[in-house]
Amino acid sequence: MESNVYSVEQVKDKVAQAFPAVVFNDAKIEPRRLYMAADRSVLFELCKLLKDELGFDHCSLVSGVDYCDKFQTVYHITSYTSNITVEIVVDLPHDEPEVDSVTPLWAGANWHERETYDMFGIIFKGHPNLRRLLLPEDYKFFPMRKDCHEGGR
Amino acid sequence: MAEMWINMGPQHPMTHGLWNMRIKVDGETIVDAEPVIGYLHRGWEKMVEDRNYIQIIPMADRLCYGSSFTWSHVYCMAVEKLMDIEVPERAKYIRAMSDELQRIGNHLMWLAAIGTDLGNLTVFLYATRDRELFLDLFTALTGARMTYNYCRIGGVRNDSPANWVRDLERTLDYFEKRLKEYDMLIDQSKLFRMRMEGLGYMSPKDTINAGITGPVLRAAGVKQDLRHNDPYEIYDELDWHMCTHDGCDTWARYRVRMMEMQESVNIVRECLKKMPKDGPIRVKTPRTAPAGTAMARMEDPRGESLMYVVGDGTGKPYRLSVRSPLFVILSASDKLIKGSKIADVPSILGMLDVCMGETDR
Repeated sequence: MESNVYSVEQVKDKVAQAFPAVVFNDAKIEPRRLYMAADRSVLFELCKLLKDELGFDHCSLVSGVDYCDKFQTVYHITSYTSNITVEIVVDLPHDEPEVDSVTPLWAGANWHERETYDMFGIIFKGHPNLRRLLLPEDYKFFPMRKDCHEGGR
Repeated sequence: MAEMWINMGPQHPMTHGLWNMRIKVDGETIVDAEPVIGYLHRGWEKMVEDRNYIQIIPMADRLCYGSSFTWSHVYCMAVEKLMDIEVPERAKYIRAMSDELQRIGNHLMWLAAIGTDLGNLTVFLYATRDRELFLDLFTALTGARMTYNYCRIGGVRNDSPANWVRDLERTLDYFEKRLKEYDMLIDQSKLFRMRMEGLGYMSPKDTINAGITGPVLRAAGVKQDLRHNDPYEIYDELDWHMCTHDGCDTWARYRVRMMEMQESVNIVRECLKKMPKDGPIRVKTPRTAPAGTAMARMEDPRGESLMYVVGDGTGKPYRLSVRSPLFVILSASDKLIKGSKIADVPSILGMLDVCMGETDR
């Protein structure tokens, strides 16, 4: 297990060094938090760096947001040794919502990705078992999309 | 012998709610398993997109009837972060105290449930009897036994009524004696220990990777508690110690929860000592939230609960996404029971403290 303790600044520097394209949200400065936006092509490699070299061993949450012109997947990843939580947002085009799965890295992301697929129809490439989770297998909609008004008020 | 699939659920005494544990057995041994959830899916996250911020507080209570205060608490924390509101000191203490009382109440409900799971009705009766005292405290504080609607964005709804602190201290004194009684009833009973020790083993590394949090993670010897590692409200000002156990098995999970009840008693006592005697308990808050995102998380009785809220400048959240600790623990429950016998399943899964309301949402 990774035992090095990193500060938020060190994590930021290491990520910026390896992935110059990652955009940090400098407007939000909070203790033990780091906010960043990444392109979907580098997401898996970024997560691999976080997990293997920086000791981020816990995936708290993978969730999706439908912004109508785009989808977004949001990852909250925590390091138990450094007590830092990283938030990564990844934009996906609305007509082709596909992103690499992080389940091979963190088994805890398994059902979160399945649920996001279930609710938004976002495809997680490389997921071991991408089936509907909460809704029936033959359900025809992705109900959390903003254009789905089934029985809404 | 031929292998076959058995459905344990959705209606089964083991499940504590509607879910289905499909197990593949070879004789009595479980060779494969698959948890199936979704029977209680209410579309919570879609529903809240049609409600304003204040209307969601009672809905957050209903995520889990056993620990409803902690759910409305984490929701209020997320929205406070989004609106950039600072909560008054006294309200923070009341919240932390209610959290700990809720933790005791929730652990007592879990204890009652595993009592029946393991075939001892006495534990069930003792635990529900003692839980009722904490529900009485909550009734005096909030007016409800289970779904409190007490936490507010910017504080709490009302201050504690007259004599509440006196009743609280009496209850804690009584409850500490009862904890010793549980110790004699369960910890020193050979039958209970035989049904718990060595079952449901999972290594610390796998437990972390599976995303398991809360008492189950601390029962694997991992020192991780958000009250300590990522303190919220006033937990960083309190002096308390984290309850861990190195066993990684069902017995360790049982012990951690029992120790946590004692630790919660200590935390409540310390809150009473350090709490400001008077002062505001709530600040005025706007009805609309600015555009932006916010995330808040806390140590629920079952683990790490997290809410991620997206505001769009209106009075309703654009998106509110929930991380339920049990959702993730159940996703790994098949690994916990693989290799054990059918009769061990209630014992192993009972120790997870299953609540379907927050799992399916």
